[in-house]
Amino acid sequence: MTHRIEKTFAHLNAATQSGFVAYIMGGDPDHEASLELMKALPSAGVDIIELGMPFTDPAADGPVIELAGLRALKSGTTVRSVLDMAVAFRKGNDTTPIILMGYANPIHHMGYASFATATKDAGVDGAIIVDLPPEEDGELRTAFEKHGLALIRLATPTTDDARLPKVIAGTKGFVYYVSALGITGAAKGENVAISEAVTRIRTASGLPVVVGFGVKTPAQASEVARSADAVVVGSAIVDKFHKEGKDAALDLVQKLSAATLKPNSNGK
Amino acid sequence: MSNYPDENGRFGSYGGRYVAETLMPPILALEAAYKDVRNDPSFWADFDRFAKHYVGRPSPLYFAERLTEHGKGAKIYLKREDLNHTGAHKINNVLGQLLLAKRMGKKRIIAETGAGQHGVATATLAARLGMDCIVFMGAVDIERQKPNVFRMKLLGAEVRSVTSGTSTLKDAMNDALRDWVTHASETFYCIGTVAGPHPYPEMVRDFQAIIGRETKAQILKAENRLPDAVVACIGGGSNAMGIFHEFIDDKKVRLIGVEAAGRGVDTDEHAASLTGGAPGILHGNRTYLLQDEHGQINDAHSVSAGLDYPGIGPEHSYLHEIGRAEYVSCTDAEAVSAFQLCTKLEGIIPALESAHAIPRTLNLASKLGEHGLIIMNMSGRGDKDVNTIANLMGVEI
Ligand SMILES: Cc1ncc(COP(=O)(O)O)c(C=O)c1O
Repeated sequence: MTHRIEKTFAHLNAATQSGFVAYIMGGDPDHEASLELMKALPSAGVDIIELGMPFTDPAADGPVIELAGLRALKSGTTVRSVLDMAVAFRKGNDTTPIILMGYANPIHHMGYASFATATKDAGVDGAIIVDLPPEEDGELRTAFEKHGLALIRLATPTTDDARLPKVIAGTKGFVYYVSALGITGAAKGENVAISEAVTRIRTASGLPVVVGFGVKTPAQASEVARSADAVVVGSAIVDKFHKEGKDAALDLVQKLSAATLKPNSNGK
Repeated sequence: MSNYPDENGRFGSYGGRYVAETLMPPILALEAAYKDVRNDPSFWADFDRFAKHYVGRPSPLYFAERLTEHGKGAKIYLKREDLNHTGAHKINNVLGQLLLAKRMGKKRIIAETGAGQHGVATATLAARLGMDCIVFMGAVDIERQKPNVFRMKLLGAEVRSVTSGTSTLKDAMNDALRDWVTHASETFYCIGTVAGPHPYPEMVRDFQAIIGRETKAQILKAENRLPDAVVACIGGGSNAMGIFHEFIDDKKVRLIGVEAAGRGVDTDEHAASLTGGAPGILHGNRTYLLQDEHGQINDAHSVSAGLDYPGIGPEHSYLHEIGRAEYVSCTDAEAVSAFQLCTKLEGIIPALESAHAIPRTLNLASKLGEHGLIIMNMSGRGDKDVNTIANLMGVEI
């Protein structure tokens, strides 16, 4: 529901802090372990959770997330089992927005209307479907609107002024600015360019702008937080969790979240 | 001529542009650039000049007398795309795309390849036009198509081994898309079949349509009538679309696509997307795909690397749906014996891909009887496959 997203941004004091969004892959390495990680994210400083739905052919992702997805698929993860994670999470948390992130085919296969209903029933707030650009997301958008769910669009460095109106039309919750050309886990974009783009998109859309792709370290998160309404970190958390386990991943999450405080503020 | 796709790249409910936002602007720019050249006689003059003097077109339409005798029925003609420079139909499409890339000022060319034929064709024209070329190829395919890998390197291309997923053609395409997303401004992605996001299915079809245009003129000259059927093998479907396109409005001409049945369409190991798949979204378009009950993509299998793909071009999905074309299949074993049969009877070593069309052509020939007339697209030559065949025969070369 978009109201959880709106409340989250309303509570973040724009002058002192930007939000922190953590991406994890649903079902990596299995249902229980990834659910445990998910449940621990809010108290580690996560304001919004992006929950990945695995796909065999994630053409917009780098190796870290691709491999996480393949591990999740191997342990039997499906769209439904990822939604079950949200159901279990909501039993203990009714405030942190959950945004699903994935590719079109598994939900197209399920049927957009069934997916929208199941998403709403699971207590999820919205979704980002990477390979559904505005030209192709009409059917899912209509299904989402019926349930007050946010279909979040991506703006990228190649989204110029001529195209931006198309990208933000009908988008809800926030706009996700992909700060770097490329796939997840690649190098981060230039800070100056990010700041300019965020301002441009925020002005045009009237929505918070969340920035991700290529942010890996607390130092980078801190730089991006200067302009962004929230900072997303995915691959670095997924990688840490895979290699060193839950405690190490949560430790990284805490550091990243702390880094999104803006200079001169005194606490989150 | 049939008027699709529509402005959104739709063939009925198939096709479209299912790509990440980062790729939308480059795809729209490509579409605009293609629209410009499509009606520009000077572009087509360039295309025709290279097609004639460099590729060696028109390719012959050859009466396969001994295959005809063997089929005991209809006359069988072969459209000899195997005689093109670099050995397959793939170069027709690459010629069009790289001439377009040149006009767009792009000097870095990327391509995916399965059998290596599209990779070789791309590396060849990139060499000729002075462009940089990177070919993405699955590690499994690199192993089974070694001669083509070496050819690409000789031609100055970089061959990137793809180890993600199943290390075959679909993964090579994923990696090419990943590269394109990262280097969109300077890069032209030369897709090797009638799949991918709009405008590729239309553009590649248009560049391959030269096959059907020549074929129609040639058969009218040779037989003074249209054929009863046109038969072609299908990986992504470019050689089939290329020969079908000109005949689509000739409703009496049966259009028959042959998918790879691998070890059988009732097993898990085949590449017959229309026969054994369901509509879905992959690599930028909505089309028939091999997938499981959760919408995850299944691995394809075919003895022939060029057919080993879990999807099919969206226009074929549409032609299948409206019943304008028929889609049948051919197993690994049938294709391998047809490979040997054609070699012995006609002295033509067919590509393993093309060999898939032979058994269905022979079946149809006997059904149609001696007054029938069939054209089969011999999409490529089999020099690249001799290692595979030798292995299957247990012969060391
Ligand atoms: C000789 C030959 N025929 C057919 C194919 C299959 O592709 P398409 O279906 O696009 O013609 C290939 C692909 O590599 C090929 O090399």
